[in-house]
Amino acid sequence: MIEVTVNGRRYREQVEPRLLLSDFLRHTLGLTGTHVGCEHGVCGACTVRLDGVAVRSCLVLAVQADGAEIQTVEGLVWGPLQEAFRANHALQCGFCTPGILLAASDLLDRGGPPTREEIVDLLSGHLCRCTGYEPIVRAIAQAAEAR
Amino acid sequence: MKPAAFRYERPESVEEAVATLAEHGDEARVLAGGQSLVPMLNMRLARPSVVVDVNRLPLGDVTRENGSWRVGATVLQADPRLAEIPLLAECIPYVGHFVTRNRGTVGGSIAHADAAAELPLVLAALRGSVVTSTGRTIPAAEFFVTHFTTALEPGELLVETVWPAAEAGLRYAFEEFALRRGDFALCAAAAVAGPNELRVVVGSVADRPTPIDVDPARPGASAAEQVEPWGTLHASPGYLRQLVRVLVDRVVERVA
Repeated sequence: MIEVTVNGRRYREQVEPRLLLSDFLRHTLGLTGTHVGCEHGVCGACTVRLDGVAVRSCLVLAVQADGAEIQTVEGLVWGPLQEAFRANHALQCGFCTPGILLAASDLLDRGGPPTREEIVDLLSGHLCRCTGYEPIVRAIAQAAEAR
Repeated sequence: MKPAAFRYERPESVEEAVATLAEHGDEARVLAGGQSLVPMLNMRLARPSVVVDVNRLPLGDVTRENGSWRVGATVLQADPRLAEIPLLAECIPYVGHFVTRNRGTVGGSIAHADAAAELPLVLAALRGSVVTSTGRTIPAAEFFVTHFTTALEPGELLVETVWPAAEAGLRYAFEEFALRRGDFALCAAAAVAGPNELRVVVGSVADRPTPIDVDPARPGASAAEQVEPWGTLHASPGYLRQLVRVLVDRVVERVA
């Protein structure tokens, strides 16, 4: 039995040890905004915030999240980051977008505006097949300025 | 893919963890940050019957003692306290990605002993060591045995890694080449140089960090002669030897 807070709501659920946090969010809780791509930590689509820190939910066991506070894309308040994604055409199919939004929100919460190098480094951990990345770089930089 | 079923143990003390590991022997795997182990579980390359999660053990300290930094096993790769440790701080941006460094641990990467990993290479170049639950201190040169294999005995847990602090008069450099940012290194090199010494270690071209006996007159060329890369789908042995030459020349030039 684990107890977690997801997007401000508390859940108590019985989980098998081998259940990944990504599958717990999607299948047990029905929060399908967290996407699953590669299931080995390469694509970044499943990124969520665990106690504030962006992590791959496919590389965390649900049991390890016992007592933790999790934020998924469903719990991300609409704001400058999403506005900047829209304004810069930083998404098309949207498969990678939730993971990138959660990772970028962690980066932006760490203080001053990130450098272009820091944004590019962040995006090295996220596969996007639609945009060519440049619009995402611009969107994150613009969101940082808007803060 | 999904992991095969296993039993999950979450000890609260090192003693309890060691007892659990001793009880299950080869059937147990230690789970730290999980950034290498969980992919292996997901792909079923690893099928332990017991997973021992060490994240709640009190192994999160970073302290400075007698000219060395002692880094607890579960200290995260993203931990800002690592910024003062030479070479380690320089190689961290090459270790996976922003998001994986948030969860991956220093001790986990050392104990995993991937031949392409940055942290084992840097620990070897600094001549650091590993402290275990039995009280042993194992020098890096003896700790890394071969691919994914260390000098840890069954039931023995890595509790701390020891990294020599920056010394006045020593210069440090790290260089790496990978096909994509954050991907496994095709080749990496580290150098430490002082008035009377030049240490160079290369990684990813052999089964463990490989010290090089560098000819100062032709550092890269002499290094390339001392490695026998096996080659991969992505890089032929000749290309890897060329990478050794270029990266060793770069680190040696930087510490000159």
